[in-house]
Amino acid sequence: MRGADVRLAGITVAFDGANILDAVDLTIRSGEVVGLLGPSGSGKSTLLRVIAGLVIPDAGVVTIDGKDVTRVPTHRRGVGMVFQDNQLFPHRSTIDNVAFGLKMAGVDRSTRHARAAEWLTRVGLGGFGTRSVTQLSGGEAKRVALARTLVTEPSVVLLDEPLTGLDRELHDQLVGELAELLHATGATAVIVTHDADEAGAIADRSLALDDLQGAGSTVRDHGNR
Amino acid sequence: MRIIRPTALAVTTLLAVASCGGSDSAETTDTATAETAGREQTDAGPASDDTTVTLVTYESFPTDGTRVNELLEQFSEESGIGVEILVAGDTGTMLSKAELTAGNPEGDVMWGIDSTFLSRAVASEIFEPYEATGLEAIPAALTDLVPNAEATPVDVGDVCINYDIAALADLGVEPPSTLDDLADPAYENLLVVQNPATSSPGLAFLLATIDEYGDDGWQDYWSSLVDNGVEVVDGWTAAYYERFSYAGGDRPLVVSYGSSPPFEVLFAETELDTAPTGVVESTCYRQVEFAGILAGTEQPDAARQLVDFLVTTDFQEALPLDVFVFPANADAELDPVFEEFAVIPESSREIDPASIEANREMWIDGWTDLVIG
Amino acid sequence: MNRLPGWVVGLLVITPAVGLAVFYAWPFVNLIVEAIDAESVRAVFGRQRTWSIVWFTLWQAAVSTAVTVVVGLAPAWAVARFDFPGRRLLLSLLTAVFVLPTVVMGAAFLALLPDSLDRTVWAVIGTHVVFNLAVIVRTVGTMWEHLPPEMEHAAATLGASPGTVFREITLPLIRPAVTAAAAIVFLFTFTSFGVIRVLGAPGTRTIEVEVWRRATQLGQVDQAAVLALLQLAMLGLLATWSSISARRSARALDLRPLSRPRRARTLRERVVVSAVAGTTAIVALAPLCALVVKSVSTPSGWTFTAWTDLGSAEIRPGITLGLDPLAALTNSLRTAAWTTLFATIVGALAALGIAAAGKAGRILDAGLLLPLGTSAVTIGFGMLITFDTDPYDWRSSWWIVPVGQALVAAPFVVRSTLGVLRAVDPSLSLAAATLGAAPVRAWREIVVPHLWRPLAVGAAIAAAISLGEFGATSFLSRSGSETLPIAIEELLGRTGSVLQTKGYALSVILAAATIGLVMLVDRTGAIASGRAVERPGEHPQQGAGSRSSSVTDPASGSTAAQWSTDARR
Repeated sequence: MRGADVRLAGITVAFDGANILDAVDLTIRSGEVVGLLGPSGSGKSTLLRVIAGLVIPDAGVVTIDGKDVTRVPTHRRGVGMVFQDNQLFPHRSTIDNVAFGLKMAGVDRSTRHARAAEWLTRVGLGGFGTRSVTQLSGGEAKRVALARTLVTEPSVVLLDEPLTGLDRELHDQLVGELAELLHATGATAVIVTHDADEAGAIADRSLALDDLQGAGSTVRDHGNR
Repeated sequence: MRIIRPTALAVTTLLAVASCGGSDSAETTDTATAETAGREQTDAGPASDDTTVTLVTYESFPTDGTRVNELLEQFSEESGIGVEILVAGDTGTMLSKAELTAGNPEGDVMWGIDSTFLSRAVASEIFEPYEATGLEAIPAALTDLVPNAEATPVDVGDVCINYDIAALADLGVEPPSTLDDLADPAYENLLVVQNPATSSPGLAFLLATIDEYGDDGWQDYWSSLVDNGVEVVDGWTAAYYERFSYAGGDRPLVVSYGSSPPFEVLFAETELDTAPTGVVESTCYRQVEFAGILAGTEQPDAARQLVDFLVTTDFQEALPLDVFVFPANADAELDPVFEEFAVIPESSREIDPASIEANREMWIDGWTDLVIG
Repeated sequence: MNRLPGWVVGLLVITPAVGLAVFYAWPFVNLIVEAIDAESVRAVFGRQRTWSIVWFTLWQAAVSTAVTVVVGLAPAWAVARFDFPGRRLLLSLLTAVFVLPTVVMGAAFLALLPDSLDRTVWAVIGTHVVFNLAVIVRTVGTMWEHLPPEMEHAAATLGASPGTVFREITLPLIRPAVTAAAAIVFLFTFTSFGVIRVLGAPGTRTIEVEVWRRATQLGQVDQAAVLALLQLAMLGLLATWSSISARRSARALDLRPLSRPRRARTLRERVVVSAVAGTTAIVALAPLCALVVKSVSTPSGWTFTAWTDLGSAEIRPGITLGLDPLAALTNSLRTAAWTTLFATIVGALAALGIAAAGKAGRILDAGLLLPLGTSAVTIGFGMLITFDTDPYDWRSSWWIVPVGQALVAAPFVVRSTLGVLRAVDPSLSLAAATLGAAPVRAWREIVVPHLWRPLAVGAAIAAAISLGEFGATSFLSRSGSETLPIAIEELLGRTGSVLQTKGYALSVILAAATIGLVMLVDRTGAIASGRAVERPGEHPQQGAGSRSSSVTDPASGSTAAQWSTDARR
């Protein structure tokens, strides 16, 4: 699978009178895994949501694979997102959660269940299919969330603080798994985190958002991996 | 704390108001009725006794300003017994309330149960039997209806279809002359009647139609009345004083009394030679009204005195012009205006009491299903 | 708390229990006895009309509920997701409408609708919808607030269109709230009495109205009793079914902190939210405005006579309706005062008893909820036919109406007080004990000061319930001592416009009084922020008794929405 080019130009998002994002420009090459650093509340999650289409910018253009998708609604953008607290659907079983995206794509039941089961095994949760998501541990839930997003093979994957809040051991374990999974699928990915080491371990390059407040500037490059 | 003071203040004030009004003395009926205004206190003069009897009656009984009320005041002065009039709705509702409060009545004397509802009143034993003094002046035909003196006949009337002469003329229709006419499309949407469940003229009219068309035919007749746009209201005052075209409503045909036309002559703003309303004689049903002492009254003696007074010639003579009924007392003389304009049909319908007693519930239920739905 | 001497606790529990037994249980049993009469049972069930009345009661309730749910979803969404100017006001407005006395609501719609729609079934249903909107908006809205928007976003990133998100994610997750709210609305509309009496055509009859009609207009007490029992049986079935299905669908939702409503950002959001909020506000306000307008206008022009001449209900010179509107006002105030007193005292005793006693307390708590599940009409009717022989012929006692009303109001005092009592830190009284304070003294010093506020809240609620109570009072009130709701119904039933304007004027007064009391309660609720408010799931819930707690809105801490039930019938 080939990841998409993502290009942000002049993105401005205002909220309650203040600019959270001010004329941000950002270019991500196909297949790149990019880390987005910065303290909480600096707007990096908002930037992710702009890419996903969950936030419509007040100004600026979002381009995916050369197409202007600024006004395209989220469900048609083909952008996958893993949320900080997973947002698993409590009224669906684990396998149904994972298969949800495939169901939306119109895949028939047996096929999507097979692919979902495949991915569950891939994230180390083979056989968890019928379990209720509310009974999953933190690490298990995180893996299900990943599987759910990746099973649909999105060309762009966004991860909002995916490993924040996990205990040290789990964190370190998942860092490696995450890096491996993202590179294996070949998708373009953006990870938001406040942990520079984490970004360094997973991403190809890291960028900072902390000097984004104020008149438009390009996101500062923190160096390559 | 901000909420507590104003609330405490409010509650204390309310309690102060309450303690002025509420009491749990044994004379609860009197105090409860006495403290609410809106009913006319007719005891004047130096009443050394504190006795007041409550006369429970229907809506159309005058509470103030007529000769009837004057006479009641006179009675109070002479006997020392105050009379308070308690309006309790239409006859049917009045009767039901009396049944529900049997033994602990809302008043002492009830005026207005008529021959159509009498059997129900007797069966529920709401009355204390009493043979009034002066009963000899009342024709046997009337007293025979109450063989055990549960109640005393006080007036007689004919319930008939009344019509607004001018309004009909404007519409270009002739006044109806039979019950059949009322179902004729020529009279579409012109008739207003009362609900027989709650109103005694309403029930009387229903009985008239049953008398005419029989057990098998009256329902078809009423179906045709419904098709012809008949309007139903709860009571006589609503029908006559609100819906009747002569009173400003839009229905020129109404169930009322043979004695209604004189009323219109008497109270006309400009003097009239002829009555502005007419009566369809063939629709008339004879109705006798009674007064009775409510069982469980706290002052039976005073109640008896009042009942005696209600059948005296003086009082009875005031009835035609104020309550628009004929006196039961045969000795009472009729006012000339009344005699001139009141319509006394040659023959008025009546259904025998036993038949009414046996079938009334079924008839009312059937009527309700048919007409009201 | 449990260090109080046994006899004190016993007294606390026994007193309300006795009251409940005498004034509720006994009439209840009596009603059953009265109804078990082969002839009347045959008469009632053999009549075709009975079945059409039952059917009508069911379908109008079902339709009303369905429409209310559908209409209420949009405002629930707006209130849950967005913080817009006037959000709190809108919620208060809906609550204010909700707690209006039934006759006032009926009067308001009578005033609002054109003559052609007056007294049609659709008018009744429309009234029901607006009346009960608050239940849906608050209950569903609260649950919706617990549903993180991010979950819906996640679904969107997985390819779900907005409609699909609603169907696959939102609806299943808010369904418990929708079902609970719908059950409440169904209960109210099923037992609808005041609205139907004022607004319905004579032929529009629910079971409740038929009970009243048979008893008070036709004098057929036995048949009325049969119908009352039929309704109780149906209510019991509904309550059982709803509590079973509620338990089944109860889902262990990952209890997330409330996601705070945000300001609308895009133009589209702003337009939609304003439209929804605006329409809802208009729908709720219009009837009230119509009420005020109609109290000063007749077909022949504007007039203030209804207000200035409030002391009489004259049909013609000398002929009156037999009620004095102004006297009705004082009657209502007086009755409300006594009801408040009874309910507050009994409620306080009961709350203390329930908190102090263990199992006996729980039984008392459940028992006190029973009158709420029985319709007010049934309570009043039962009392009327029970206390009718010496030495307990209390029909004409000044206190019988307040007692009947207090039966319905006391549970709310209990709810209000119990929450606070249970929240009082037990270690405080322990500390007092170690300092040598005797149990009663410790209790008085530590616990009692906390009680004044919830008691004040409970008292205000009881007063509002009393002012608007119509069902029980319809049976228990005597001619000449009518309360406002009774007077209003009579005046509005006339066709003459003068009397009707007076009816509207009285309605305005009653509406103002009730809303005033609501404001009072709402403010306390906000101040007490959650302490005076019952937390769902904490107290023994008796079947549909869950309705008394599920309408809590923790975010705004309002108890006003709680006192839904019988009060309004």
